[in-house]
Amino acid sequence: MNASVFFLALRRMRAPLIVLIVIYAVSTLGLTLIPGVDADGRPAPPMSFFHAFYFVSYTASTIGFGELPGAFSEAQRMWVTVVIFLSVIGWSYSIISLLALVQDKGFQQVLLTGRFVRRVRHLGEPFYIICGCGETGLLIARALDRDGIRVVAVERDEVRIQELELEDFAADILVLCADAAQPHQLLMAGLRHRSCRGVLAMTDDDTANLAVAIASRLINPRLMVVARVASPSVERNMMSFGTHYVVNHFEKFADHLAEAIHSPHWYRLVDLLTGLPGQELPERHDPPAGNWVVCGYGRFGQAVVRNLERQGVSLTVIDPGSDLPITVRHVPGLGTEAEPLRTAGIETAVGIVAAGDNDSNNLSIAITAKELNPDLFVVVRQNRVANQVLFDAYDADFTMVPSRIVARECLALITSPLLAHFLHLVRAWPEVRAARVTGVLEGFSGGRVPLVWGVCLNAAEAPAVHRVLMMEQGSIALGDLCRDPAAHHESLPLLPLLLARDGRDHELPDDEMMLQPGDRLLFAGTRAAKVAQNLALDNRNVLDYVLTGHDAPGWLWGLLSRWRRQAGGLGQP
Amino acid sequence: MNLEKVVFGFFIVLAATLNFGFFIGDIDQPRHHHIYELFAAIVVNLIATVLKFGDRTQIGAVHLSTSLVADLQLVAAAVVWAIAVHVTGEGMSADVTTSVVSLSGGALFANVVSVILLIIETVMLRR
Repeated sequence: MNASVFFLALRRMRAPLIVLIVIYAVSTLGLTLIPGVDADGRPAPPMSFFHAFYFVSYTASTIGFGELPGAFSEAQRMWVTVVIFLSVIGWSYSIISLLALVQDKGFQQVLLTGRFVRRVRHLGEPFYIICGCGETGLLIARALDRDGIRVVAVERDEVRIQELELEDFAADILVLCADAAQPHQLLMAGLRHRSCRGVLAMTDDDTANLAVAIASRLINPRLMVVARVASPSVERNMMSFGTHYVVNHFEKFADHLAEAIHSPHWYRLVDLLTGLPGQELPERHDPPAGNWVVCGYGRFGQAVVRNLERQGVSLTVIDPGSDLPITVRHVPGLGTEAEPLRTAGIETAVGIVAAGDNDSNNLSIAITAKELNPDLFVVVRQNRVANQVLFDAYDADFTMVPSRIVARECLALITSPLLAHFLHLVRAWPEVRAARVTGVLEGFSGGRVPLVWGVCLNAAEAPAVHRVLMMEQGSIALGDLCRDPAAHHESLPLLPLLLARDGRDHELPDDEMMLQPGDRLLFAGTRAAKVAQNLALDNRNVLDYVLTGHDAPGWLWGLLSRWRRQAGGLGQP
Repeated sequence: MNLEKVVFGFFIVLAATLNFGFFIGDIDQPRHHHIYELFAAIVVNLIATVLKFGDRTQIGAVHLSTSLVADLQLVAAAVVWAIAVHVTGEGMSADVTTSVVSLSGGALFANVVSVILLIIETVMLRR
């Protein structure tokens, strides 16, 4: 048992224990003072301590043992009556105190926390701490769990924790009910643990995320810190002290929307690579270039305007506020009404962004605008995942769900750090190249989002390959790693995206490329392809088969066949 | 003045004094060592032990351990007495008295340590 729980229990049980000791002492003492009676009715000396203690022991615990050292005198009987009542009171008091202690909320919290800390301490495998298990945190936790990565969650809301416990996770998720902004709670969650890989600050409160980021940075600088923010000033603040990744979903989505207008194939590729693996492929919608209307000039609205303007899209903003920058074409009013929409030129516009922070209003804007101009491309901001049903029913061309965007971004960062680098490189690609890769990826996966994974050719991640390359000076081409370990001539449904070697990047490396130890590779493909490839990376026999197309014989069989070959060679001149 | 401290100090010192009272006298003379005094010493020692529960400081831990030692020794003395008087029927012979009293002497030492700790704690805090 945890030491602190033990001490707490002892402390609470002090008074009942002392009462019990005193009752026992008084009872025993009384019995040793009161004269008894012998078999003939003559007065006898009182009981000795031993007999008195023996009697009190079985009476006080209400065992009701019938054995008496001898018949009692009237005075002794009177005292024993008192003893019985005293001891019943003493024991009841103790038991009630103990029950109250067990039911005490503070005590239960101490017990739970103690168990949590112990389980975190004994975690042997790498894990991530997720602070704030709201919609975003839950999405990430689920996806990490499916990838076999352990998760420790810190969440303030008890109701959410109960929901988390009902979730169906493959590995037990460790949840602590605490405020992640408190550094000692983070420490309990394993911030200093040697297997801790990173901290994800996913609460919906920017200041809490900031607190988590700075605490992680100071206490354990080795960790990867990913934080979600909504406000640009907090984002700059976080970047200033070296948070590794700051995900601003407003900015991210606005950027993607702008890129999608400018280069749709590029956007499609990014969408495929950062999607939640295994889900159905998102429908393809290419937002048209032309005049756009943005309803709402909040944080998201501003991000959209900024990014679209950078791509040279002409814009009109509808917002009830009056303090907008002069550079923005502004129509005062609400987008939910037809009049401001007409004034903003909805009939000639190609697209509308409903960017308010109220889901009902956003849907209302979308419906009204679509009535005025049926060809409109509609982008809606969805604030709450709980409203998914409404948004499914409406079926907008583009729906922006903050929690999804953040979760996808974080997962891409965690599961394959190379991917972030690759996406950066892809920005410079021409549209045709992006379209070709998109086509290949869509072909693989049967309507599912492909999995993206990284492989480092070192002794830990690819022991068999590393051994062949290092010890045996063998040569392996990239194409060999794409071959099916069950059928030599068939290739796995996967595509090598990137090969990073000595600081140089080879984008879309071809099959003839020779591998070297220490190469870092990025693949995209199906989950089954990843499993099959892992087999070849780990297992020497499978690797031999993949390289040669023959099963390598065992030691004895190899010896026998060599001997037979030699014998045959001698026999034939 | 803190009532808790008064009670705490009272029981610790009382445990030591009762123990001393039982211990003092010729070691093999049953007349010098009254069994009621041993009983009182055991009860007060037990109460003192419970009072020391739940203190998580270093000095609190040592306090508790000295008390546990004293309890152990005194209970051992009581068991020796009970066996001699009731089980073997030997009664309080010089041998039995000697072993009971020497066991209580060990407990007395633990109690003295406890009192010293109490004094150190008081001097350290000096409030």
